[in-house]
Amino acid sequence: MASVAVGAPPAPAAPEERRTLATWFAERGPAQFIAAIGAVLGVWLIGFFFLHGRNTLSLAPADTKPLHVWLSDLQTRVGEGRNTNPLFTYFFNPIRSVIDAFGTAIADLIAHPVDGRPVPYIGWLGVVVLFTFLAWVLGNWKVALLTLCGLLFMGLQGLWQDSMETLALTIAAVAISLLIGIPLGIWAGISDRFNRLITPVLDFMQILPSFVYLAPLTLAFLIGPAAAIIATVIYAAPPVIRLTAHGIRSVPSESREAVESLGATRSQELFGALLPMAKRTIVLGINQTIMAALAMVTIAALIAAPGLGQVVVQALSTQDVGTAFNAGLAIVIMAIILDRTTTAASERVETERRKSAEPNKYRRPGIVIGAVVTAIAIWLSYTYQLVAIFPSSLQLGPVHISLDVGTPIINAANAVTNWAQTSFSGVTNGIKDVVTAVALDPLQALLDQSPWWLTFIAITAIAAIVGGRIAALISAVCLVVILWPLQLWQDTMDTLAAVLVATVIVVVLGVVVGVWMGRSQTADKVVRPFLDAAQTMPSFVYLVPFLALFSASRFTGIVAAIVYAAPVSIKIMADGIRGVSVETVEAARSVGSNTWQVISKVQLPMAVRSLTLATNQGLIYVLSMVVVAGLVGGGALGYLVVAGFAQTSLFGKGLAAGLAIVLLGTILDRTTAAASKRIGRTQE
Amino acid sequence: MKRFAIAAAALVLLVSGCNATKVSDLQSRGELKPGSKPCGTFNMAINSWVGYEANAAVITYLAENVLGCFVKQRHIAEQVSWQGMSTGQVDAILENWGHDDLRQQYIDNMGVAQSAGSTGIKGQIGWYVPPWMAEQYPDIVDWQNLNKYAHLFKTSESGDKGQLLDGDPAYVTNDDALVSNLKLDYKVVQGGSETALISSIRQAQQQRKPLLAYFYSPQWLLSEVPMVKINLPPYTDGCDADPAKIACDYPDYDLDKIVSTKFAESGSPAYTLVKNFQWTAEDQNSVARSIAVDGMSDDEAAKKFIDAHPQLVAKWLAGTGAENAA
Repeated sequence: MASVAVGAPPAPAAPEERRTLATWFAERGPAQFIAAIGAVLGVWLIGFFFLHGRNTLSLAPADTKPLHVWLSDLQTRVGEGRNTNPLFTYFFNPIRSVIDAFGTAIADLIAHPVDGRPVPYIGWLGVVVLFTFLAWVLGNWKVALLTLCGLLFMGLQGLWQDSMETLALTIAAVAISLLIGIPLGIWAGISDRFNRLITPVLDFMQILPSFVYLAPLTLAFLIGPAAAIIATVIYAAPPVIRLTAHGIRSVPSESREAVESLGATRSQELFGALLPMAKRTIVLGINQTIMAALAMVTIAALIAAPGLGQVVVQALSTQDVGTAFNAGLAIVIMAIILDRTTTAASERVETERRKSAEPNKYRRPGIVIGAVVTAIAIWLSYTYQLVAIFPSSLQLGPVHISLDVGTPIINAANAVTNWAQTSFSGVTNGIKDVVTAVALDPLQALLDQSPWWLTFIAITAIAAIVGGRIAALISAVCLVVILWPLQLWQDTMDTLAAVLVATVIVVVLGVVVGVWMGRSQTADKVVRPFLDAAQTMPSFVYLVPFLALFSASRFTGIVAAIVYAAPVSIKIMADGIRGVSVETVEAARSVGSNTWQVISKVQLPMAVRSLTLATNQGLIYVLSMVVVAGLVGGGALGYLVVAGFAQTSLFGKGLAAGLAIVLLGTILDRTTAAASKRIGRTQE
Repeated sequence: MKRFAIAAAALVLLVSGCNATKVSDLQSRGELKPGSKPCGTFNMAINSWVGYEANAAVITYLAENVLGCFVKQRHIAEQVSWQGMSTGQVDAILENWGHDDLRQQYIDNMGVAQSAGSTGIKGQIGWYVPPWMAEQYPDIVDWQNLNKYAHLFKTSESGDKGQLLDGDPAYVTNDDALVSNLKLDYKVVQGGSETALISSIRQAQQQRKPLLAYFYSPQWLLSEVPMVKINLPPYTDGCDADPAKIACDYPDYDLDKIVSTKFAESGSPAYTLVKNFQWTAEDQNSVARSIAVDGMSDDEAAKKFIDAHPQLVAKWLAGTGAENAA
């Protein structure tokens, strides 16, 4: 949901002289702003005091409304008519065949046993050398070394084949995402109208919980690589589309005009000027798409996609945290390799563009030699067992070397988990009780025990104060749809309460840790790998220990959301603090400000735009964990989505809940994004 | 760069020189045993609980090693498994818990699936308390005394009422209706997953925390923590006819096997094996325990059981043409 993350080009703003509510508050500054919010809350509280418990529109988890039943029936009818429906025969089936063939081909190459062989065509040595070589060519020798060590480590973990299954699926999904995404992104970059059309579609694709479309996908594309790949593409394609469009839009208009004045045709302009200048942003988009694809690994495992996700999901059914952690670690390593390599590639693109001449004279012969070595390694790994199947131990003469680091990792993870669970569960459950009683329960009561019309008015008013008139209008429309036809009002309010509490904690963490990292290089170096790991470790891995620490409760869902969302906010804040110019900070110091004053009077106020961005992104990331929260006692919309995936008769209600999550996301995103833009304008 | 080349050359020598095994010398699985009918590919749905995995482990082992089938296990949720029956991607579901709506759709309406008989195991759904509670408060197992103990079960999620922890979203529960119709001072809290239930139960017994939870048997955890079932008003035929007025216990489920019609008519020995397959809850628990508690692989656990029960296995293999091969 990157309308802000990507720093969307300044939208054609409303004419300045029109006095919107927003400008009214912007002119009056923070004091009035707080007063207005306070007034709304005051009225809301008074209303709550007299009217609570009336018109709350509650609906028990197993009860359904007409729309829910209709959607479930629709799915059943489509399923029953599947084999005779021309839509399936002539549309879905051909698509499936092509994607299946593509996915299978890649998996045959590096992952599946194939052709009567017990192993794929390319064994471990071939894959390791090939990817190391690619990392060196596309990036630099540092990322090549990282790739080498990372891949070998996955083998040592005893997860070679699973890792390769995951890698093959990721490659297939990313390739298709790029094939579709880059042309669409170019189109959105050139055409304003198409850009406006596709932005809400991309928002929808990214926020709609994937649990909602897994069952329909297997209905349309059967169980197999195609359904898993398409599920991944739905989630992973939006970033590359957004960033390609953004890259093209950010090319300075002077450059475009210069090219046009030379009489270039449209395609010359595109391929000669726009694309080369946007190349770096596009590579960044590819990076984001790869990360998103890896985030789908465990979800795709629910529809039979093989690989690391499968290991995690199966370990969960026997509560084997160690095994799940081991596989999760392999996913983290794969993510770090792919992230660092694509980042290095985008830097290389940038430097090559800047100083187009004098490439390194060793580079060209290096590439030739590397290619030959890679070819030899691939041939060896095709032919010989030792370099085809990753060995679990080596016998060198009399010496027996065990090559198993998986077992120690599994045992250590289990030991740490047990220790943490038994030593801390008293304290952590205490924390849960306090936060629930002090923050979550009151907020939830205010939202879901007030009459629906009162909450409706209050939310719209707050959206107007924070985000302006348009944000208020969007919020009102979304809330109306939630009221009818979705009819999930109370569950939506419960989810909103949990999301708000989680976001407050995420933003506080973002400010505290972000300031620390922004001010100290060392802190940044130490903390950043943990942030990367928290973002890419599948949440299924830590659900079991969290359940032990916090019981099955709404708070457990909040904690899981914080683990996933805080890194984003922290990174954005750290970036913002570092962006405050050194001279300004020095100037403040020279007039005798102490550290605390420098932070609170100079760095934070100047990074306030980052703060709103951190809030916006924090919210969106928290929202994407609503379904995971439903798995650990979060209830409300998240639980309904999960139940809809599990029970046919609740499919329709689950789908409606998924849509309610999208609408909630739209309200929160548009309101905070509008606020962020306004603050940006006032600062200028 | 020279060093690269030397290293590569050394590697070639190392690998090809010292008696390296060639990939082409290795065999793949799925060989036909003499006497058995040709089997081909057997597509098996794997649902994610351990009891199911135990059924699947034993059947897979026999299908692969005795019948020479190529078994393709697909790890999918229940709803998706049934869907696979209509598309020909799933041949068999090995432990089915009820699912009347899916039966109606795929067996009655579409005719693409059919039941292949009972697994021999009765599934039981109900409310359970950890053993330490049943010891300390012996009368808690009667539902009429639940209100007396409601205060013990208060949590941050249930407010001033007692908490009834529901879990797995895969099963229909009547718990909301039960609580209100039996006038119990409890609130149903959605745990949201089997994982959430198991974690809560383990902790409840280890740390002697009060817990009232929706659970089911057979389940491997019960051999580690023998939860005690609460006696709700007994189930009688038709007492669950109107979901809103339910005030009785859950019925017993006959856990059966579902196969696709195509598979049933294919004459595959794997179908005969699935149809013959029947065992007891103890049998299943012993295999499930090997997998979940002792950390054996599915194959090891299956082999251990099969070696110990030759007569049972011979019964399962009757009619496959490979009765004596095991």
